[in-house]
Amino acid sequence: MNGNDKQVLFDIRGLHKSFGALEVLKGIDETIRKGDVTVIIGPSGSGKSTFIRCLNLLEQPTAGTIVFEGEDITAKGFDVNRHRQKVGMVFQQFNLFNNLNVLDNVTISLRQVKKLPEAQAKEKALALLTRVGLADKAESFPSQLSGGQKQRIAIVRAMAMEPDVMLFDEPTSALDPEMVGEVLQVIRDLADDGITMVVVTHEMGFARKVGSRVLFMDDGMIVEQGTPEEIFERPQNPRTKEFLSKVLNVI
Amino acid sequence: MSILTIFSKYYAYFLRGTRTTIVVALITVLLGSALGCLISLMRLSRVKSLSAFSKLYITVIRGTPLLVQLYIVYHQLSFIRYPDVTIWGADMQRVMPCIIALSLNSAAYVAEIIRAGIQAVDIGQTEAARSCGMTSGQAMRFIILPQAVKNILPAIGNEFVTMVKETSIIQYLGVADLMYNNGIVVTSTYNPLPCYYISALIYLALNIVLGKGLNIFEVRLKKSER
Repeated sequence: MNGNDKQVLFDIRGLHKSFGALEVLKGIDETIRKGDVTVIIGPSGSGKSTFIRCLNLLEQPTAGTIVFEGEDITAKGFDVNRHRQKVGMVFQQFNLFNNLNVLDNVTISLRQVKKLPEAQAKEKALALLTRVGLADKAESFPSQLSGGQKQRIAIVRAMAMEPDVMLFDEPTSALDPEMVGEVLQVIRDLADDGITMVVVTHEMGFARKVGSRVLFMDDGMIVEQGTPEEIFERPQNPRTKEFLSKVLNVI
Repeated sequence: MSILTIFSKYYAYFLRGTRTTIVVALITVLLGSALGCLISLMRLSRVKSLSAFSKLYITVIRGTPLLVQLYIVYHQLSFIRYPDVTIWGADMQRVMPCIIALSLNSAAYVAEIIRAGIQAVDIGQTEAARSCGMTSGQAMRFIILPQAVKNILPAIGNEFVTMVKETSIIQYLGVADLMYNNGIVVTSTYNPLPCYYISALIYLALNIVLGKGLNIFEVRLKKSER
């Protein structure tokens, strides 16, 4: 039916996050299951990025719990570094390591964190780079690449760690329009492979085609959620309707 | 008397002084840098007491004259029995308090340079490194510091050059550095101006050599990235 028998990856209860007096997340309850492609849409400042950043603890929640694979990641003394090995992250600004070439960008954490032998790390990196069509850039530095190439390498870097879930924080928002497609295609291929992912995006076409679930966030809360069909064809909440009419009918 | 006649007659004084100046400057730069690294790490530490201490340290050092610091260190640490050795003509018993004072001073400036260099590296680099599962130490070592060095190096070169010049104040503690010997020559010739020109040229030469050395280092560092 709706796949509720699938293994729960993230169980999020009463998640709050404040920056000083500014309350960005105002109580999020959400379950993310294995194999889900959860797409988060919503206006700027609605808390989408903060939410996704809480999932790998780049932001420490102010209140609430996040249980990942049965373990409370907000508990005191929780091993953040081990958690992050299982949760891949792709950023809007790519954040490739500027001091390392493409190959080292991908292999550094394999070698230093997973302690893989150099040859094995290299082999793995080259295989993934080949998959996204960038094996010939292995020796290049980030400054020599286009935005689309950088983002594809950032995805490879995260995938190399073989995470249980991938987080994408507006992966195409900083790209020139003609490069959006190549990055979305890579993400789509991963989704087709059954990789669990959470994607914050403004690409409604992508959300519709690739998402298995869509969350609409506004003002620090999940206002509405459902299948892409439900959200895009029959939105119930007036705020969802208003947002969609703004982004879908730009002119 | 012209510059040349004075130099040809008294060059031994100038060279002996220069030797001491070089020894003091070299040790100070090394010691000050090491200490500066330590202070900057404390400054960036999450442990409140460490960062508060280094903040206070930097404020005090930057807010008081080097000459005053020199005298305070000299008198405050007078109980220490410095080793009775001579390095390249510099008597350590006399020179050590100067090296300590200058290093403590330099460390504060070096610490600020390093902190600024580290903080100038985009926060996204740290976030990406930590997201890959690196510890903060690994992120610092493999990602942040290699990038910070390029911000730090030009500024630190400046600090080294400043330090070489500032060693000139140790004459006030009777250390026979270049300026001290300069004084001897002035007294025996009654002709100050040429002496100061000679000393100025020697300091200039030292700093040009130092600058060139740092330049070579910088260029090599840049090459390794392209």
